[in-house]
Amino acid sequence: MKALVAQVRIELTLMMRRGESLLINLLIPVGFLLFFSTTKVLPSTAKHPIDFLAPAILILAVISTSMVSLGIATGFERSYGVLKRFQATPLGVFRLLSAKIITTLTIELLQLIILIPIALGLGWHPELSSWQGFGDVAVVLILGTIVFTGIGLLMAGTLKAEINLAACNGLYFVFLLLGGIMIPVQKLPDAIQPFSKLLPSYQLVQLLVTVLTKSRIAWETQWIVLILWAIIIPIVAVRTWSWE
Amino acid sequence: MENENNDAIFVNSLVVCYKKTVAVNNLSFTAAKGEVTALLGANGAGKTTTVETLEGYKMPTSGEVKVLGLNPISDKAKLAPLIGIMLQQGGIYPGITVKEALRLFGSFYQNPKNIDQLLDTVGLRKVEKVSYRHLSGGEKQRLSLGLALIPDPQVIFLDEPTAGVDPQGRTQIREIIKGLKEKNRCVVVTTHELDEAERMADTIVLIDNGKLVANGTLKELKSLYSKRQISFVVSQPFDTNALGSQLKTAVEHRSPNEYLLSCEPTPFLISELTGWMAKHNLLLERLDTGSASLEEIFLQLAEPSDVKPPPPTSTNTKNRTDR
Repeated sequence: MKALVAQVRIELTLMMRRGESLLINLLIPVGFLLFFSTTKVLPSTAKHPIDFLAPAILILAVISTSMVSLGIATGFERSYGVLKRFQATPLGVFRLLSAKIITTLTIELLQLIILIPIALGLGWHPELSSWQGFGDVAVVLILGTIVFTGIGLLMAGTLKAEINLAACNGLYFVFLLLGGIMIPVQKLPDAIQPFSKLLPSYQLVQLLVTVLTKSRIAWETQWIVLILWAIIIPIVAVRTWSWE
Repeated sequence: MENENNDAIFVNSLVVCYKKTVAVNNLSFTAAKGEVTALLGANGAGKTTTVETLEGYKMPTSGEVKVLGLNPISDKAKLAPLIGIMLQQGGIYPGITVKEALRLFGSFYQNPKNIDQLLDTVGLRKVEKVSYRHLSGGEKQRLSLGLALIPDPQVIFLDEPTAGVDPQGRTQIREIIKGLKEKNRCVVVTTHELDEAERMADTIVLIDNGKLVANGTLKELKSLYSKRQISFVVSQPFDTNALGSQLKTAVEHRSPNEYLLSCEPTPFLISELTGWMAKHNLLLERLDTGSASLEEIFLQLAEPSDVKPPPPTSTNTKNRTDR
């Protein structure tokens, strides 16, 4: 337990010290939320842009922390030999991974604590009337964390640190622009829409919007696609993982 | 199941292959408690693969490896608290401070060493709040050594411990290694700095192309492979045959200005040599007498491609057997 607590503490400390982590985890989601909800530059299908934007930005925060921030940091730790060094200590793989997951969830909680009040202040009206609704939101966010942590660790465990850095950032923009985060998929060209609808970011945004508006549209399909992502990606990440 | 003869490390017929490349080929040796064992070899000789197999990073293709009687892979959980590892470079978060790194690693073990004492032992007290990325090369090495010492390990693996370290730092590291030896710890050093190995090691394991070339104490290796000799440096060319006739021994031209006489360095012979040089108006720039150094034994046995020779320590006459 002592080792796990110390590892979580150092992961959080180092993440706070990295300027790029603060940028991607906090400044970009907050900046996008403030800018795009107060301007009309983005196409929107919702009556009030904030009703589409707020859930999308919460998913963006999950992607930023669990895929980009964790993936890039782990890729560099791998290339610096940090993971190799830990392998020969009693810390063990289980506690190392547990520390990374706890760190990711802690940062995501902080993001929610900051983003939700800002979104509410900007006129967002989520329709959560019961604790069941809060539970559904938590399940969606945790499922998203599993999928994007899997993608981040898949790239960190297989690619060279510099290529991983580029890949994480590149994929972030793919999800941002084509994955239903900034632009509703219905507003994208027809040829791109089938591809976009398979992306986990799109499924997550749709699920979150559904949960928040008590609607039941395409509920089963979205769950199936997301659960498939959440099973397949971590398995591939574990199978292809290399410590050095 | 530790060996009765005080061996902490037991390697028997070890073979490690990477796809079609044989990195370690039928290697056998032991390393005892209370001794420093140096694994010597050129880059690519197989010493790091051997050590990483002992540390549990690599799986042997065949053969047997035991550390403190345990299998480094199947008994990893039992072995991890008993060994200390100093990697050649890296292995530490760039943004972590010296004290944070020592505290973090201390939290992994049941009874870690006192962090403040350790800071003094490795001489990093003044930089305890400095992040790893801002440390000098020598400070990074000493921090890596500090991390290896935290569990007070029974066996400690040091990969190129003095590489990039200044002379004061080297002395400090040698003192720490000496202290470990006195505490009956088994110290395994891999290096291609032969001069360092000669200073630190009790037992030498010489590896070339993954194979064992020689194994024994420095004294044993010297008695087996070393010849008594006189080596000297003269910057001008001269007639080696004429000198050889005078001294009644062959003069070997080793490098552009360096020559070797493979014979007993008697006062008479040295006098004859210096007299001949004076008669021919040749300046004797350096004269070494004694047995061959470890470097010379290594060159004789392994013919390495990139072994780093020791830095020149003097331009005056010296006797290497004094070491």
